[in-house]
Amino acid sequence: MKQPTRNPAKGAGRTATEPRPPRPAGAVTARTRLSDRWHSWLGHHREMAAEALRRFFATPLASLMTAVMIAIALALPATLQLGMGNFQRAVAGWDGQPQLSVFLHRDARATAVERFTEALRDDAAVADVTYISPEQALAEFQQASGLGEALAGLGANPLPAVLLVRPAAVAEPQLQALAARLRDSALTDSVVLDMAWVQRLARLTELAQRISLGLGLLLALGVILVVVNTIRLHIENRRDEILVVKLVGGTDAFVRRPFLYSGLWYGLCGGLLAWLLVAVGVALLSGPVAGLAASYGSGYALQGPGLTYLLGLGGGAALLGLCGAWVAVARHLRAVEPR
Amino acid sequence: MITFDNVNKRYASGQDALVRVSLDIGRGELVFLTGHSGAGKSTLLKLLTAIERPTRGSILVAGQNICRLRNGQIPYYRRNLGIVFQNHQLLFDRSVFDNVALPLAVAGCSRRELGRRVRAALDKVGLLHKERQNPIVLSGGEQQRIGIARAVVNKPAVLVADEPTGNLDPQLSAEIMRLFADFNAVGVTVLVASHDLELIARMRRRVLTLQAGQLIYDGIPARETAYP
Repeated sequence: MKQPTRNPAKGAGRTATEPRPPRPAGAVTARTRLSDRWHSWLGHHREMAAEALRRFFATPLASLMTAVMIAIALALPATLQLGMGNFQRAVAGWDGQPQLSVFLHRDARATAVERFTEALRDDAAVADVTYISPEQALAEFQQASGLGEALAGLGANPLPAVLLVRPAAVAEPQLQALAARLRDSALTDSVVLDMAWVQRLARLTELAQRISLGLGLLLALGVILVVVNTIRLHIENRRDEILVVKLVGGTDAFVRRPFLYSGLWYGLCGGLLAWLLVAVGVALLSGPVAGLAASYGSGYALQGPGLTYLLGLGGGAALLGLCGAWVAVARHLRAVEPR
Repeated sequence: MITFDNVNKRYASGQDALVRVSLDIGRGELVFLTGHSGAGKSTLLKLLTAIERPTRGSILVAGQNICRLRNGQIPYYRRNLGIVFQNHQLLFDRSVFDNVALPLAVAGCSRRELGRRVRAALDKVGLLHKERQNPIVLSGGEQQRIGIARAVVNKPAVLVADEPTGNLDPQLSAEIMRLFADFNAVGVTVLVASHDLELIARMRRRVLTLQAGQLIYDGIPARETAYP
């Protein structure tokens, strides 16, 4: 590309009365190579990410307030989720597991009962089997009911032998299946499965899960709105810059980019703060909870928000921030057009 | 290079800003656009820079009908255009260098090339030694020269200026006009809107005059100001 020599003395053209004839190789529209554009695009992403972070820390108090708002909104459902996880763990270690009482026929022979018990012990669906003879049952009943004298007056022991079966799985369908199998045995008179509390627990857990999900969705929406509002203010503050960038040929994507990164940082910081809030909360509660568990003779300890929660909260919140920024940019950038 | 063919522009308010304007500006010309305020100068420049779209008629720039540009294509069209504003539109949150570099950053120029071109543009307007300063500390004339450096840094084929000397004293205005003539001398098509009739008369270039949205004069004025 040959550049013509410039003649500054004649450049102003004060002596000419005719417009200067066009030069053959005058101004040539600048072209940018594709590889340059690609590198520049990556570079711009890096730059905008760094710049958005700089802007975040340039107004530390305002940024922190937004991040804390996001953190509180996210910490609530996260705490609920974590609490439920801990509760389920606590319940799983509980001694009051579902138990099937298998009442045997009164005239079942002792050797048959012995074989049946052994077979049950080997069953994969059964965790433990306890045999209670009619005599043991009577003794227990006498003690518990206080009717010792009256019962002693009975000629024969009216109570049957009982097998207390602890199932390996506590889910309702498996329990029902096990109960049905036990009922099928020739030795069995009847099987009693106390399902009420198992069912109640399942329902309660489901209810808590629903509430936590609803709350989570609602608060996620709250986070998005917080970010939308914050980014809207950013756009207002940088109105002049947006106008100039648009006039010198900045594409919408170029104009959007810094704001999207801002949203991402707000979300990420909020998410990490939320994790911190939950972790501090667990740390504060773990002492009393351990004390309470010890008083019940259990070694149960609260589980803190681990790496999963850190990644989930950080990533999820960053995504929410990005969404919020996107909404703000889509709504408000169109209003900033050169006039 | 720039062709307006029967261009009408009526704003939503019902006001006719341009009425059947036809004009043709050749490659490498330097043309002044003049007229009273409200005559349609700004509208014509807005149409040329694709800020507004004409109600009727077509506008060709370098063979491209800019009325048919999709919104997504407008940024790429503007990259071939250098725009100088009356109020310079400089950003005071960054240095002179970064202001001038903006069009290159937008177009995705490599860092090394960017530095080279920004310095070349600043050198041309004589402000290379101020590249690290904030434009807010510079004088009005210097700010306008930086605005011009930003407009030419991307080596546009067309340079458009809207009242570039509006707030400047006669001597500074003459300097700015000389700069435009310099760029024109290397083949850039230049269109300058101005109401500084005295200065325009001294330049002895083609003048377009608008009145109430109509083109009423197109020619090179004689030594004395012989046009309205």
